[in-house]
Amino acid sequence: MILFGHENPAVADITAACKRHQLVAMLGWQDVRQRYRRSALGPFWLTISMGIMIGTIGVVFGQIFESPMTEFLPFLAAGMILWTFVSSILTEGCTGFISAEGIIKQLPLPLFVHILRMVWRNVLILGHNIVILPIVFLVMGKAPALTAFLSLPGFVLVVINLTWAALILAVLCARYRDLPQIVNSALQVAFYLTPILWMPKLLPKRAGLYLLDLNPFYHLFEIFRAPLLGEIPTVSNWVISILLAVVGWAAALAFYGMFKRRVAYWL
Amino acid sequence: MAHIEFADVCVDFPIYNANGRSLKKRLMQVATGGQLGADQQGRVVVRALDGLNFSLNNGDRVGLLGHNGAGKSTLLRVLAGVYEPSSGSARIEGEIGSLIDISLGIDAEATGRENIYLRGGLLGMTRAQIADQIEAITDFSELGDFVDMPLRTYSTGMHLRLAFAVSTIVRPEILLMDEWLSVGDEGFKLKAEARMNELVGATKILVIASHSRELILNTCNRAIWLEHGKIRMDSDPQTVVASYFG
Repeated sequence: MILFGHENPAVADITAACKRHQLVAMLGWQDVRQRYRRSALGPFWLTISMGIMIGTIGVVFGQIFESPMTEFLPFLAAGMILWTFVSSILTEGCTGFISAEGIIKQLPLPLFVHILRMVWRNVLILGHNIVILPIVFLVMGKAPALTAFLSLPGFVLVVINLTWAALILAVLCARYRDLPQIVNSALQVAFYLTPILWMPKLLPKRAGLYLLDLNPFYHLFEIFRAPLLGEIPTVSNWVISILLAVVGWAAALAFYGMFKRRVAYWL
Repeated sequence: MAHIEFADVCVDFPIYNANGRSLKKRLMQVATGGQLGADQQGRVVVRALDGLNFSLNNGDRVGLLGHNGAGKSTLLRVLAGVYEPSSGSARIEGEIGSLIDISLGIDAEATGRENIYLRGGLLGMTRAQIADQIEAITDFSELGDFVDMPLRTYSTGMHLRLAFAVSTIVRPEILLMDEWLSVGDEGFKLKAEARMNELVGATKILVIASHSRELILNTCNRAIWLEHGKIRMDSDPQTVVASYFG
């Protein structure tokens, strides 16, 4: 099959980029380190502001929904942390190639390096933000569940899914420069449609079908968030996330294979 | 064995104006059945390289001559693998090293040492390789203790010396350059010159774009004169230089 063979320039580019993992790791670190320069807290400033936001939203919406704090606040915290990660990868994915224009036009590096760098940088930032979670658990006096380990494979699957989406967006946005704005608006809509601020069980049954089962973000959120909160994601959460990864990557490989050679021209 | 084979290589740059880059306009175009698109279908294309044919082999030291806009930089980028030809085929066998912008990827807030790793990594070296060479690089750049200071504290000269020292540590099979690199004060210049000669000596194929008659005559054994993206002349340096500089 030509899609997965070495004849596909996308496959060649991606394998070459994976071989440069040292460079990817270094560039990603470099990006994070830049935030630490001349600032003792560095990226933790973002964590602090996110913590404050979670606290505020937690109090207000907890009252509105009449949810018990011990249940709502950990749910909100895990959701907000993951959402920040998801939305930064998708928005920064849009500028994945555009922002690397200087390097792309000068050095024969695999283009996928720039996508991996961006994903890795966001994983590192997520590593900063995740500290909010144990603090919330501690304050709420809630013991972490053993199922939390299950969120690790869930997280890996989320990253795999986000990477193909970022790759497609990076190619499209290099060509159509007004696309990042559209993606931004779409993300805003997705934020409200996905159970992050509101808990799925509050939803009437019929609405649940559309807002949950047909929402890919919901499944991706569940496989990461549910185990953290002591629940086990449903089989359909997992199956849909895996299917999404397979179909998405097949589409991304075909698409990237077609347009990879044009990216440098569009920059 | 390094080898480069160009057959009928053309490079066309599409010029997208604000309209062409907008997805909305593109969708409207589909919706209105192409009437609006009449002027947009006649997309402006700039042909930067036009039907280049040549092959380079081990030992070739090629000088690229030509006025601004003749296609020298574009050709270097095709050789570097940045642009794939719009038509024709460019076969490039051998590891490529590009010394076109030696300051690329350098971060002003990072220390000299961090920048050595960063720049080395971009040039395709592994961490271990850089660690082996880092002493040699810092010695060569004569930065002393400054190597652990942020780059923004450096003078322009120090900055260039560091970039030069790292960038010339690689030994690629095919070396691409835009003008000869020459940095620093008198003392450093001599050292840099020796390093450059060593680098060029170690490489199998050199392609250098230049406006300097001496450089082409002294360094190259073949010269290609580009004009409007086409090869005007491809011969030994003496002949080409004589007609180019008239």
